[in-house]
Amino acid sequence: MKLKTVVLAGTALAFAGSAAVAEDMTLVSWGGAYQASQKAAYADPYVADHPDVTIIWDESSAEAVAKLRAMNEAGNVTWDLVDVVASDAIRLCDEGLAMEIDPDVDLAAAPDGTSAADDFGDLLVSECFIPQIVYSTTFGYRSDVADWGGKEPDDICDVFDLEAFPGKRALEKRPINNMEWALLCDGVAKEDVYDVLETEEGLDRAFAKLDTIKDSVVWWSAGAETPQLLADSEVVIGSTYNGRLFALIEEQKQPVKMLWDAQVFDLDGWIIPTGLPAERLAAVKDFVKFATDTQRLADQAKYISYGPARKSSAPLVGKHADLGIDMAPHMPTDPNNAKNTFLYNYEWWADYRDDIDAKFQAWLSQ
Amino acid sequence: MSDTTAGQVLTTKDGKPLKAALARALRREKLRSLALIAPLLIFVLLTFVAPILDMLFRSVENSIVEDTLPRTVVALRVWDPKSGEVPDEEVFAALYGDLLVAVEEKKHTRLGSRLNYEESGISSLFRKTGRRVNRMDEAAPFKEQFIDADDKWGDVGTWQVLRQFAPPYTDGYFLSAFDAQRTSDGIEMKPEDERIYMLLFGRTLFLSIVITVSCLLLGYPIAFLLAALPLRTSNLLMILVLLPFWTSLLVRTSAWKVLLQQQGVINDFLVWTGLISDASRLVMINNQTGTIIAMTHILLPFMILPLYSVMKTISPTYVRAAKSLGANDWTAFWRVYFPQSVPGIGAGAVLVFILSIGYYITPELVGGTSGIFISNRIAYHISSSLNWGLAAALGTLLLVAVMVLFVVYDKIVGIDNVKLG
Repeated sequence: MKLKTVVLAGTALAFAGSAAVAEDMTLVSWGGAYQASQKAAYADPYVADHPDVTIIWDESSAEAVAKLRAMNEAGNVTWDLVDVVASDAIRLCDEGLAMEIDPDVDLAAAPDGTSAADDFGDLLVSECFIPQIVYSTTFGYRSDVADWGGKEPDDICDVFDLEAFPGKRALEKRPINNMEWALLCDGVAKEDVYDVLETEEGLDRAFAKLDTIKDSVVWWSAGAETPQLLADSEVVIGSTYNGRLFALIEEQKQPVKMLWDAQVFDLDGWIIPTGLPAERLAAVKDFVKFATDTQRLADQAKYISYGPARKSSAPLVGKHADLGIDMAPHMPTDPNNAKNTFLYNYEWWADYRDDIDAKFQAWLSQ
Repeated sequence: MSDTTAGQVLTTKDGKPLKAALARALRREKLRSLALIAPLLIFVLLTFVAPILDMLFRSVENSIVEDTLPRTVVALRVWDPKSGEVPDEEVFAALYGDLLVAVEEKKHTRLGSRLNYEESGISSLFRKTGRRVNRMDEAAPFKEQFIDADDKWGDVGTWQVLRQFAPPYTDGYFLSAFDAQRTSDGIEMKPEDERIYMLLFGRTLFLSIVITVSCLLLGYPIAFLLAALPLRTSNLLMILVLLPFWTSLLVRTSAWKVLLQQQGVINDFLVWTGLISDASRLVMINNQTGTIIAMTHILLPFMILPLYSVMKTISPTYVRAAKSLGANDWTAFWRVYFPQSVPGIGAGAVLVFILSIGYYITPELVGGTSGIFISNRIAYHISSSLNWGLAAALGTLLLVAVMVLFVVYDKIVGIDNVKLG
């Protein structure tokens, strides 16, 4: 009799379990502090309102493009919402792996009634892309380098100046951003950079400029490397995402400062995979509408120093949830930090990335 | 049996020919053993062989152009790419028809990214034209409208790429993997500043051999010691060999970073002892040295274990006999012991070499620019650039290279001479 009860209860539980599966939502993100900020700012509040929804996190954003293509070919897409950088979103959209969205229908309007399309503005760089944050790739430098004789770099071209600022540099092991900075410091005007880069001579110029510091560069491929290299004094100046430097400076209290000059803005956001069944699609659209509204995007800035992608969120940015410091001055979009910024040209890189990357890798290995 | 005459067939008791009965019995046995291994065989075929073949097939597969632009491909057949002139109105009309369908099915951007691997700029050409094509006037000539949408359509180069990659199979990926390309004058090498894959293949082979040799040099004495010591001590030492083997690969690689970097433990120690000055700290990481050191450490157990298991079976009596016959220590080792340990060297060397040739996490983390392998580029094309065709071609080349080396190895060492214990 007792055994029977246990079996029945077990079966009931199993059924309850399978019923709940229908409400599972798999979100793909980057892991670490960034995913934690998303969880705290939008996933936890959403689940509190919708107790029947279970959110499952998958930390696969770094391989999302390849995995989505593989899933699509296998005809079994198990992800509901994927966090990717804008250039990957464009690639996924081109490949037909991400769904096109209509911002005014699928996204919430701002509290003052401004439509989502206007609120996000230029940041809607692809028909499939739902922006969340603006981050920047910028430099951090150690403030205690004896060889510098008290000077501190305040210009992007100081990165290329080995005489005034000797020491190793950390740069990303890919052409994007490095080529632009090299040309800017070789005297090319900001608005001409991509036109120059498109020509053979322009490429040679960029490589020649990078050649001047090539022997002093440590090339990184993961965003966490530069903070570590700076903390260990392995490099004196290095590029990475501004949020990583914020953690190094404000949370780990290392003697490192930000060089905001010529920071390159980039975007990160959601895409919805194509081919979701209607029920899952409806669930995920409901979540996205909530997760990208004005308040939620502003809340995210409490946990990480990336700027909200909506104009209407900026005034709502408050203090850091644990440190209690004002977050606005740490945002890449803050007027003091954004005196000289560089806009990353997505469309251009989508065209030239494969070609220049091959040349860049060949240059690296010479 | 002596009275069996020529031509008479040997039969079993029930009159069937003996040969046939034997064959049937053997066949039944074979079928039975096949049935016994069938689950494993099917599993391996489905989960291992089939995906690999499917991946390798992508290195020549190119049906996307024909599938997306069927009419244009047919119309382009009569166009002479060497004429130096853009195709005529008929081809543009076919392109219009194809693009209307492709935009409807959202396939045009996909084709754009495919062709962008061959010529930069085609990706945005298709994206841009896709937005325009629905607004084109069907009554007016299409040629002007297309060139008006993007002047790349008036460029012969664009059409040459389309024409060249129209067939459903291509050798383009393999040519790229060999740092070559097909131009209007035939196949030629790419410009110097774009050649990378042959260099990386060469480096991968070279570094794998160096790593194998250093594993052997370090591993042989350890295995010898393990086999010679009494069981209690050798078990303890064995744990020391296996301990790093059970530690995460990433942890071991990061540990090497801490040790080898310029502000790292080894350099600090050398500066402290005064062997090197603070200004001339050694560069031991983010280059080939880093890759060799870290990978030798990581792959060492794969050398020691087969060596140890072979050495354990070598009876000490042989060496004793050699010595009693007047051999000195070295002769006894070199002439008697070493030849018996060769199968272990063979197994260990093959294991380490094949593992290292496909490694990519460690080189990526400690290899800098001069210590990365071909697998790092394959990983890039799989996960970042999505150029799976090129990744498949590079993978095929790597597979073929390993197989050729395996055959050479078989000729020199002999595959029968490989023993895991």
